[in-house]
Amino acid sequence: MSSRLKRSGLVLALAALCVVVAASMASAQPWESGTAAGPSQAGKTLTIYGLGGRDDVAQGRLDIATKVIEATGAKVENPVGGFNDQAFLARLASRDIPDLVHMGRDSVGTYAARNALLPLANCIRSENIDTKAYRAAALAQVRYKGQLYGLPEFTNQITIVVNNDAARKAGVNVADIQTTNWKRLKQANKKLLAQDGGRLTRIGFDPKIPEFFPLWVKWFGKDLISKDGLKAQLNTREAVAALAYTVGLINDHGGWNRFKAFRDTWDFFGRNNMIAADQLGAFPIESFYYNVLAEGNPVNITAKFFTNRKGGPITMLSGNAWAIPRGSRNQDLACKFIKAMQSVSSWKAVAKARFDLRKRQGRAFTGLYTANTRADVEIFEDIYQPMGNKQFDDAVALLVRAPRYAFAVPLSPASAQFRQAWVDGVNRVLEGRQSPRQALDQAQREAQKAIDDAK
Amino acid sequence: MASVATTRVPGPSSRGARRWLADFRERETWYAYLFILPWIFGFVALTAGPMVASLYFSLTDYGVQQIAGFEKTSYVGLENYRELLDDPRVATSLKNTFVYTVMTVPAKMIVALSLAMILARIAYAAGFFRTVFYLPDLTPPVAIAILILTLFNGSFGVVNRGLELIGIPGPFWTTDPNWIKPSLAIMSVWTVGGTMVIYLAALKAVPRQLYEAAAMDGAGPWRRFFNVTLPMISPALFFTFIVLTIAGLQAFTEAYTAYFGAGSTGAEAPDAALFNVIYLFRQAFEFFNMGFASAMAWVLFAIIMVVTAVQFVVSRRFVFYQGEKR
Repeated sequence: MSSRLKRSGLVLALAALCVVVAASMASAQPWESGTAAGPSQAGKTLTIYGLGGRDDVAQGRLDIATKVIEATGAKVENPVGGFNDQAFLARLASRDIPDLVHMGRDSVGTYAARNALLPLANCIRSENIDTKAYRAAALAQVRYKGQLYGLPEFTNQITIVVNNDAARKAGVNVADIQTTNWKRLKQANKKLLAQDGGRLTRIGFDPKIPEFFPLWVKWFGKDLISKDGLKAQLNTREAVAALAYTVGLINDHGGWNRFKAFRDTWDFFGRNNMIAADQLGAFPIESFYYNVLAEGNPVNITAKFFTNRKGGPITMLSGNAWAIPRGSRNQDLACKFIKAMQSVSSWKAVAKARFDLRKRQGRAFTGLYTANTRADVEIFEDIYQPMGNKQFDDAVALLVRAPRYAFAVPLSPASAQFRQAWVDGVNRVLEGRQSPRQALDQAQREAQKAIDDAK
Repeated sequence: MASVATTRVPGPSSRGARRWLADFRERETWYAYLFILPWIFGFVALTAGPMVASLYFSLTDYGVQQIAGFEKTSYVGLENYRELLDDPRVATSLKNTFVYTVMTVPAKMIVALSLAMILARIAYAAGFFRTVFYLPDLTPPVAIAILILTLFNGSFGVVNRGLELIGIPGPFWTTDPNWIKPSLAIMSVWTVGGTMVIYLAALKAVPRQLYEAAAMDGAGPWRRFFNVTLPMISPALFFTFIVLTIAGLQAFTEAYTAYFGAGSTGAEAPDAALFNVIYLFRQAFEFFNMGFASAMAWVLFAIIMVVTAVQFVVSRRFVFYQGEKR
């Protein structure tokens, strides 16, 4: 072979490589309005993103909803994995937009304000979804500028868990572990906490700040943000007082450093959790935690409402929601799927399966707390039966009623930054770097700026 | 004379270009470019391309709407850079990053050099100890982050238990803002295996005759170390100094996992652990201010370039390359 031929061959090989590279780059370009990479036309595929932890309740409803979609001739593509902002943004950027997403309700406002989610009015109308059956507080967490951008799933209401054994050992009356009278709670906190050789061995009352700071402010009947989500109210007199009080509860333990260092050693989700291990006197916590307690080592607990200054129960809701991203190619299927996942019959079916499972295992069924009031009523009237474990039976009776007294922090166009502002403010006080007033003044400025920038 | 004055003499650059083109007559040149083509493609598509894009984004309001193509990207000039000055957390994050870098770089170099010198002297089971010292480098950073929280826990951590045995009350490493960076820095020293291997190779390359000559001249161990060992391994020290400084300025995973991500609820994330890249990540992927985050990235890039340039200038006095005329 002559050298010229060889050179020509080499040039051809290089050219071929360039073509392959160029082709691969071209295929990586975003597709234009359904020209490529779309679902097969032979049968639609509903792509779902963000449904992470699949316990029996999630999987059971998923199976039901998948059957509903498959009955229409379409397929469901639903890879395991929780919602992740970075991954979702990557999918938006590559125009590989999922038809349906499962995300935290506190994220809905941020995405809705940025035009990344579709309002669900048409979906709700076309599928005849009865939004009146949903908890108002849960709906408030997915409503932005008067429009619903998601449909909520669970409620995760917060109640107080009291460790009866700790109260007995400390000589504290369980009735004194309450939030109506802050002076009494502070006294109980001091008695409940325990130390050994200068080292904490039991936290008295954990106020769970920063996370539950809005709940402590609600004690005064105040909110951290206006109802329309556009005006931060972080440095009100009431917010400052709530922060000063809750930080005081922590400082009674010798300061934040000691408190947190000890708290970090807890086996929070384990069998020997902090209640079972007598490392905690009492704390407000979401409803899911009763499951942890039921499955762990034996505990002796009392469930109580978190009460406001007048003694009325209050609770704060949190959880996930289903939402439809703008650019979804199968909105009709997405709506059908949401409806099937959240229908009363689906909730009841999985509740029955879990109840039977728990019964077979000889463990307590601590209930399902959905954002659908009708489902809750039917589950607890038709399926739930007291298990003979008075503590958990009483807890369930309390948890069923709790959502009636719920509130939610309204959505803002900068939900993540708004939350970060008050979380950072609380942390600055916990670390002793600022007074409550200074910290919340700074938080107010940061939060309002973030909201104004995102409007 | 006039003709000489008007004749165009080819300059070095055009001569170089001609030679470069002439090289393509050789088959080897084509092969060479063929072989480096994948790297060139990777560099352009995965490094240079995104860098240029981020420079553009830093001058725009790039966010979720623009990523998804729902809205057009608007040019905002230097607005994002101006906002960097207004945001006190940018300054906090930069300060944290510098302090952490100043703590880690010398500590890592000293520990790695000490280990390398021990290994260089070990005759028996040297391979075993090399492996043992290198093993922590293979530990995933996320696992290291969880280890930090466990070992350095102020109440029941192993570190404080150990300090108690010698009568020192340990601090609250993971909760006290004054001790968060030192605990991260100490833990980072655990992973000096890579640096140690570089030093070990450099130490092995020092001619024994130099030590023998120094010893004959009456130089003791310290003198030999400062006058023979250090100058002879100075290129390796300089290389690791640069690399570790850049790594320190880009610190992210351990601190993020321990205080902002999987290792924590994220709610109690202390400002003391807010490194520059962590804040950049949060701005981009939690608050969706991509333009602002891009501006942060470019400021950090500029800082790294300046720091590295200063290191190069200063190094001229301290780094000795064999065969170099000084």
